[in-house]
Amino acid sequence: MNTVGYAAIVLQVGAVVAGAPLLTGLMRQTRARLEGRAGAGVLQPWRDVRKLLRKEPITPVGTGPAFRWAPPVLVATSLVLAVLVPLVSTESPVRGRADLIVVVALLALGTVALALAGLDTGTAFGGMGASREMTIAALVEPTILMAVFALSIPAGSTNLPVIVAGAADEPARLTSPAGLLAIAALSVAVLAETGRLPVDNPSTHLELTMVHEAMVLEYAGPDLALVEFGAQLRLTVLLGLLASLFAPWGIATSASSLAAVLLALVLVVLKVAVLGTVLAAAEVFWAKLRLFRVPELLAGSFLLALLAVTASYFMGGEGGQ
Amino acid sequence: MGLLRKIRDTGQVAEPAPPRPEGGVPPQAREFGGSVQVRCVDAGSCNGCEIEIAAAFNPVYDAERYGARLVASPRHADVALVTGPVTRNMAEPLRRTVAAMPEPRLVVAVGDCAINCGEFAGGYGVEGAVSDVVPVDLAVPGCPPRPDEIVAALRRVTGR
Ligand code: SF4
Repeated sequence: MNTVGYAAIVLQVGAVVAGAPLLTGLMRQTRARLEGRAGAGVLQPWRDVRKLLRKEPITPVGTGPAFRWAPPVLVATSLVLAVLVPLVSTESPVRGRADLIVVVALLALGTVALALAGLDTGTAFGGMGASREMTIAALVEPTILMAVFALSIPAGSTNLPVIVAGAADEPARLTSPAGLLAIAALSVAVLAETGRLPVDNPSTHLELTMVHEAMVLEYAGPDLALVEFGAQLRLTVLLGLLASLFAPWGIATSASSLAAVLLALVLVVLKVAVLGTVLAAAEVFWAKLRLFRVPELLAGSFLLALLAVTASYFMGGEGGQ
Repeated sequence: MGLLRKIRDTGQVAEPAPPRPEGGVPPQAREFGGSVQVRCVDAGSCNGCEIEIAAAFNPVYDAERYGARLVASPRHADVALVTGPVTRNMAEPLRRTVAAMPEPRLVVAVGDCAINCGEFAGGYGVEGAVSDVVPVDLAVPGCPPRPDEIVAALRRVTGR
């Protein structure tokens, strides 16, 4: 039984690592096609990573450990997330540790490491980006916590595999008002956490409008490759988490057969690819929000999450009798 | 919904890719392997060249399909596109920008001004051509050069 569980984890991490740049490539390609361009191809982010790894590393004068350690910390936290989050199987050997609070804390650790690196460069834009990122993170983390709490009340646990397995057994939990509210809140939070439109524009060239980009302006070569790869991993894992929480069909719920695991892998790759394409297509229709409007959007999503918790508390109590 | 209809009606506007430009990949660019990040530096141009560079990256010429991408920081860049004669105030910033780019790096001089001061030769505020300030690897002549000539120079660097 355990071999299948370990195989599921290896497959999941392998798919996330190989697929994260491809997902970014797919989203850029979708956007390019909708703009009438030919596009650089889905493989372009992998070419970027390969090129960056061959370039000379630069440590700007006056930067310290925070700058040097942020890229490995970001990638390491994202890789641990890729192990913990149940994408392929809910019956993996790490299921006892895949707690919701650990996941949110790991996300926050990566964010804080990068924000400290932005401050460490001592440039105007680095500090500005770090302060913006912290503002957004302070509003986003509670929303993610709240939204998944709303889902954890019917499951009776904050353990992610238990929540996902419960939803797979009992799809009615997802279409309850609490489930729907939590979906809306969590989607907005994921957009903000991964620095997508309308909160942050990943392809901006204007320093004054940057959030994530402003913190990484000083990175070059292999460090930049790590930062970009870490951001792509986070996007992939969070979209995968969305898919697992709200469309858990097909996920392997018993650690008995390898075939179920492989089927689940194919399904989750498909789900994430569809989510990514839909997100990229939606982004064509959105403009970036003014920075001072972003807290309003995030407060709105927090309100939805709070309503979701309230709803699942009261209505869950009724339905559970 | 209006935008959706517009997208459907417009379809693809990118022109079919012309054949690969002559002249091989410059030796420093061998490592790039189809991915090049570009930083533009306006060292004192009349902005004619900038308009053509912007056109080279628009959906019609679509330089991005060959793997070139504009970036916001010289630290991320492999290629500096320098336009205009280098004015006295821009000489030092240009030197620093090129020094901030990680090796291997290339400097591409775009426009007659960047190559030999063109229209502005002998002006009191002009320090010299780009090659007087930083080493230049490729030049794109023209006043201003056509977008497809800029794209051709970038394709020589990306090798695609
Ligand atoms: S080459 Fe021509 S278009 Fe370009 S900066 Fe000089 S004068 Fe302007």
